Amino acid sequence: MPKDPKIKKVLVLGSGPIVIGQAAEFDYAGTQACRALREEGVEVVLVNSNPATIMTDADIADHVYIEPLNVASLTQIIQKERPDSILPTLGGQTGLNLAMNLHEEGILADYGVRLLGTSPTSIKKAEDRQEFKDAMEALGQPCVTSDVVESVEAAVEFAGRIGYPVIVRPAYTLGGTGGGIAYDEPSLREIADRGIHLSRVGQVLIERCIAGWKEIEFEVMRDSAGNVIQICSMENIDPVGVHTGDSIVVAPTQTLANKEYQMLRSAALDIISALEIEGGCNCQFALNPDSFEYAVIEVNPRVSRSSALASKATGYPIAKVAAKIALGYTLDEIPNAVTGKTTACFEPTLDYCVLKIPRLPFDKFTTASRKLGTQMKATGEVMAISNSFQGALMKAIRSLELNVKTLRLEGLEDLYTEEIEEKLADVDDQRLFVVAEALRRGFSPEKINAITKMDVWFLTRFQGIIQMEAELSKGVPDAETLRRAKEMGFSDAYIAALCGSTRAEIKALRESMDIRPSFKMVDTCAAEFEAATPYYYSTYDRENEAEPSADESRRKVLVLGSGPIRIGQGIEFDYCSVHSVWALKKLGCETIIINNNPETVSTDFDVADKLYFEPLTAEDVEAVVELEKPWGAVVQFGGQTAIKLAKALTEMGVPILGTSSDGVDAAEDRERFDEILQQCGIPRAEGRTVFTTEEAIKAANEVGYPVLVRPSYVLGGQGMEIAYNDRNITEFMRIINRTVQEHPILVDKYLMGREVEVDGVFDGEDVLIPGIMEHVERAGVHSGDSISVYPSLHIEDKHKETILRYTRDLARALGVIGLINIQFIIYSDQVYVIEVNPRSSRTIPYISKVTGVPIIDLATRVMLGEKLRDMGYGVDIYPEQKYYAVKMPIFSFEKLTDVDTGLGPEMKSTGEVLGLDESFPQALLKAFKGANLRAPKKGGRVIITVRDEDKGEILGIARGLADQDIEIFATAGTCAALSEAGIPAKLVGRVSEAHPNILDMIASGSVDLVINTPTKGRKHDTDGFKIRRSAVEHSVACVTAIDTARAILTVRAQSRSADLRPIDITAL
Amino acid sequence: MRASLILENGAVFLGESIGEVGKRVCELVFNTSMTGYQEILTDPSYAGQGVVMSYPLIGNYGVNSQDNESSQPWVDALIVRRLSSLGSNFRCEGTLDDYLKEYHIAGVQGVDTRALTRILRTQGTMNGMITCGSDFSIQDALEEIKAFRVEGTVERVSRKAPETFPADGETRFKVALMDYGVKQNMIGCLTRRGCQVTVFPCHTPAEELLQGGFDGVMLSNGPGDPADNVAIIQEVKKLYESDLPIFAVCLGHQLLALATGAKTHKMPFGHRGGNHPVKDLAAGRCFITSQNHGYVVTPETVDPAVAEISHVNVNDGTVEGLRYKRPNCFTVQFHPEAAPGPMDTEYLFDRFIASMGGGHNA
Repeated sequence: MPKDPKIKKVLVLGSGPIVIGQAAEFDYAGTQACRALREEGVEVVLVNSNPATIMTDADIADHVYIEPLNVASLTQIIQKERPDSILPTLGGQTGLNLAMNLHEEGILADYGVRLLGTSPTSIKKAEDRQEFKDAMEALGQPCVTSDVVESVEAAVEFAGRIGYPVIVRPAYTLGGTGGGIAYDEPSLREIADRGIHLSRVGQVLIERCIAGWKEIEFEVMRDSAGNVIQICSMENIDPVGVHTGDSIVVAPTQTLANKEYQMLRSAALDIISALEIEGGCNCQFALNPDSFEYAVIEVNPRVSRSSALASKATGYPIAKVAAKIALGYTLDEIPNAVTGKTTACFEPTLDYCVLKIPRLPFDKFTTASRKLGTQMKATGEVMAISNSFQGALMKAIRSLELNVKTLRLEGLEDLYTEEIEEKLADVDDQRLFVVAEALRRGFSPEKINAITKMDVWFLTRFQGIIQMEAELSKGVPDAETLRRAKEMGFSDAYIAALCGSTRAEIKALRESMDIRPSFKMVDTCAAEFEAATPYYYSTYDRENEAEPSADESRRKVLVLGSGPIRIGQGIEFDYCSVHSVWALKKLGCETIIINNNPETVSTDFDVADKLYFEPLTAEDVEAVVELEKPWGAVVQFGGQTAIKLAKALTEMGVPILGTSSDGVDAAEDRERFDEILQQCGIPRAEGRTVFTTEEAIKAANEVGYPVLVRPSYVLGGQGMEIAYNDRNITEFMRIINRTVQEHPILVDKYLMGREVEVDGVFDGEDVLIPGIMEHVERAGVHSGDSISVYPSLHIEDKHKETILRYTRDLARALGVIGLINIQFIIYSDQVYVIEVNPRSSRTIPYISKVTGVPIIDLATRVMLGEKLRDMGYGVDIYPEQKYYAVKMPIFSFEKLTDVDTGLGPEMKSTGEVLGLDESFPQALLKAFKGANLRAPKKGGRVIITVRDEDKGEILGIARGLADQDIEIFATAGTCAALSEAGIPAKLVGRVSEAHPNILDMIASGSVDLVINTPTKGRKHDTDGFKIRRSAVEHSVACVTAIDTARAILTVRAQSRSADLRPIDITAL
Repeated sequence: MRASLILENGAVFLGESIGEVGKRVCELVFNTSMTGYQEILTDPSYAGQGVVMSYPLIGNYGVNSQDNESSQPWVDALIVRRLSSLGSNFRCEGTLDDYLKEYHIAGVQGVDTRALTRILRTQGTMNGMITCGSDFSIQDALEEIKAFRVEGTVERVSRKAPETFPADGETRFKVALMDYGVKQNMIGCLTRRGCQVTVFPCHTPAEELLQGGFDGVMLSNGPGDPADNVAIIQEVKKLYESDLPIFAVCLGHQLLALATGAKTHKMPFGHRGGNHPVKDLAAGRCFITSQNHGYVVTPETVDPAVAEISHVNVNDGTVEGLRYKRPNCFTVQFHPEAAPGPMDTEYLFDRFIASMGGGHNA
């Protein structure tokens, strides 16, 4: 059936801010879908609250709304735009839930909006636990014994019947939020209570625990004619029990014979057919490793993280095809973009092995529980492709950027063998390395299998790597061994480390033996058809298929991506990389991208002229450089990942476009930077560079407490803390030294002033600052975790002038060509510089959108020699817009147990939303709504418990809240302070006091907001920590900075929901 | 031990010997299935051929005694990127390497199978030689390689005496199945549907079947150039001229086309894998099918008065099925019995069952 002519205007829902369980994969899917729809002449209205996405660019859709994703806001947009259809399956669980809400509340019917793709009935069948179970039963598809309950008592009763352990899965939550395995009644009570709370419909599923079975996934598609195909099979190396988002996953399946494989494939096709899904669908199965017994674990009737992985693993563009199917096309009518000859109605076949490893945030959250279970914890992932399992594994490990080069984790070799054996039973992010260490100690794969249930096939692959290590440790290898090591994915650097040589020597040796990387194409069809996909991976095999283009007239530019998404380096950098590629293409350059993140737009093979899916290490990049011989390389846009490779690229003889690696070094090297500040006459907080704890304590006492302590060369304030005394310093230094090495540590005087941030483009002569952003929270809270406001509210013109001058002077002194990001503090009427980054930043996407200045485009053109004065956007500070834009951080605390939610210098947020409106309070309100943070209503309740330093400042806020008829509860100290100031407050018992105390009150759900400012230190046994965690676990809003609390008061007192209007940013 | 793979075009791939050490000359074809190597090895349609597996990791789940598609492997040689020295699966009874040795199948691993596949795709199926010796002369080897032709394979793989398989449960139909290289699961697809199946050697005269009291006839898959089977085609013609319901697959489909006046031709590199989309023109739906064929029916030679094209390949438009004007007679090029590959078209067996009506001969 061809396209339905009645579909003319489609509303596409994005997935909102990046949170654990819902990341960049939906920007990739949504962007692809928007392009597919517009290709068909359909008018696209896009809504997403996340400003860091590519999909919210004015040129991706016809109308773009960066607005809260809730029914009220969507209803307004539907009223205004009057789309005829809505496409709900590309915006993750958020989009799907929202579309269902709109349907259930009758909004879609009222405005005659058709739900495209999958019907509400089908969505409900797949999403509602009971309906799903019934549907599977009717189909004869086995499910795990389970029951849906709505109370803790019912959960306990059912578990008693089927026996412990049981798995708890809340209905309608992302990434299994709030779920877990309960081994006994007390743990079940706790998990079930939380799950019921977090579920949109107050339901949880209690099911038989089949931990240890193989976890197998199939990505399948179906069209309106009933054609069904399978796109990709995946096998989790971690057996059932670990969320698939936290599992190491290999594609295709490796240990299934044809019978089991076809059995599950048929089951997946039967399920998508029975659910009548039109589009993509993900089916997860548990397979008993000792029989043909299996169970359907989960079905996602939409594009998912797994489908992004499947798309990248196979080259099959699932989101694009899903969008075309939604328009009415059938699979055999959609051309296969890869071959150009065949259609989308076929099953991709792989002639390589793909491995995905999750990127977990425990390097940032050093105190968080590392245990993995049914609640996803990863912030991102890396993917690697090779023609061997081991090759893919080694590449993926290198891609993680965790200072790990192989299957070896520092520290494990110091453990006793008994400890290793015990650790094998711990299901956490280190298990892969523990398994490797156990193999090194001579444990048999069978023994490890008995403990971990990882398939012996995988374990013997790991063993092969360890045997190779031993062989290489004997000395410089012969040609045969070296070839095998390279085929297994060993880097030259690691081979050199093992055999006592140098990377350069090993490289020279293998080249003398003619052992060189060759690149193979990802073509969806195992070479059966001629394909022209510019998508490659490296192997050490005979034939190289990647041919450098013969077109000498085009300058060839290498763009380095930003690797896996982690806290501090998010989707913003992919936005910047992709825009840089587009800008370079417009300038007539040939573009080559190297990246390893399967979730992103940058690794869509039709973004750059060529995509190399490779680790971002010097050696892996060099292989591409030697083949392609680029004219220049761009490292400014790929975050710290790309910047770190600047020096290596320079050594390879590749010119760095824009700021040189020396300029980067000057900004990062404390002494050089101090010198530059002095030359420019710019004040900064006094500070020192140190290496040891003793030096740090000495420095802190010299500049005077409090001080900021942080490692150099990191992003997102990783390891950064405010120290108030020698004891703090000792503790921080221990943590820093565990996670970061080689680079010095900075100790600075902490200035508590107003924080201001600018992004600028510098062309060697002039600077353009698109906008000055002011942070709501004062210095001390990481800029990525602060609410940021554009245009600035409180910055005097004289300070703006100073900021402009400093930016220009610093850019010139550092030799910046392209982007510069500077954070300032205004303290005692003086502007100080805190930090300079000669690269892209996380604020660029949103500032580009609200000012209309295409920052990346300008920066890219500047890097190629153009001047700002010729580009039409002027120089100096760009005129302020008449809209206020409030960027609000989003956290994923409910997914990470034992993480302190208190804000500080170290970044903790995973994503952001934007609020855009004509006044600051209204923009702030929108941002709050986008973040799903509600200011207490009149008659609502707030608990205030703040540290002594904040007791003065809280009075004004409390008075304001009381004036709004909000009931205030406070713990003893705070209560006394409030009462003394004449503010009505009721006393609530401290954590250690008799029940009902503050924790009971939070748990009771009768409180709307908790204001708690953290006391010093990282300790977890403090009352404050318990209060903050309790608030997170009971979904009660909790703010931990005085300035954030003031923002809540602003919203309560000065903004009105009824006055909010959606704004189309394409019309700004 | 080192092994060399010499191609008819003069290309030489160096690798490591797997299976039996020895020399083999065969026709090289590639298969893109990611699972099912044991079924492929034992599919008689591969007699005379050396199979290049395009998926690089082969042997991961070992071998077992349940996944054989016939009495023995028929593939002449196996070429893989990486052979797993360990088989890991609950049904695994041994490694693939030991299995190859047991059945005297030679092979080579460690070659760039993607490069090899690209050669076969662009230059077409060609002959090749696997040799473990190092003292061969390329000139002599090439002469031997070029002289090779897949011949007499149907006779080689077909049963020498009839064999009867009882129906699972009650016998509803009696089916005669012509063995040109039949796969075990084709028999299974029938017995599971209540058919008692008698499998006949390839040269069985049509009369024996026509007088055997059968409800229907199935013509199996098999190896080689269909046009070589002159005598068999004559017998097929007689079956066609009877009123017994006929269902034919792969070689059987080609033989019936030849028997009714159509022609077949050799494809450049054939279809071998588990991901081929086929459109059922009457149903308007596409199905993913398992395929293994190097020859195909030439569409222009199909007389519309005799048959119409019922299925086409979505990728290249080749003929995938014929529906004859004669009642109860349909044939497909692909493999509805799968094994290995998708089982999405097993419904064709139901169609065959339906064509046998009440099953009055059971």
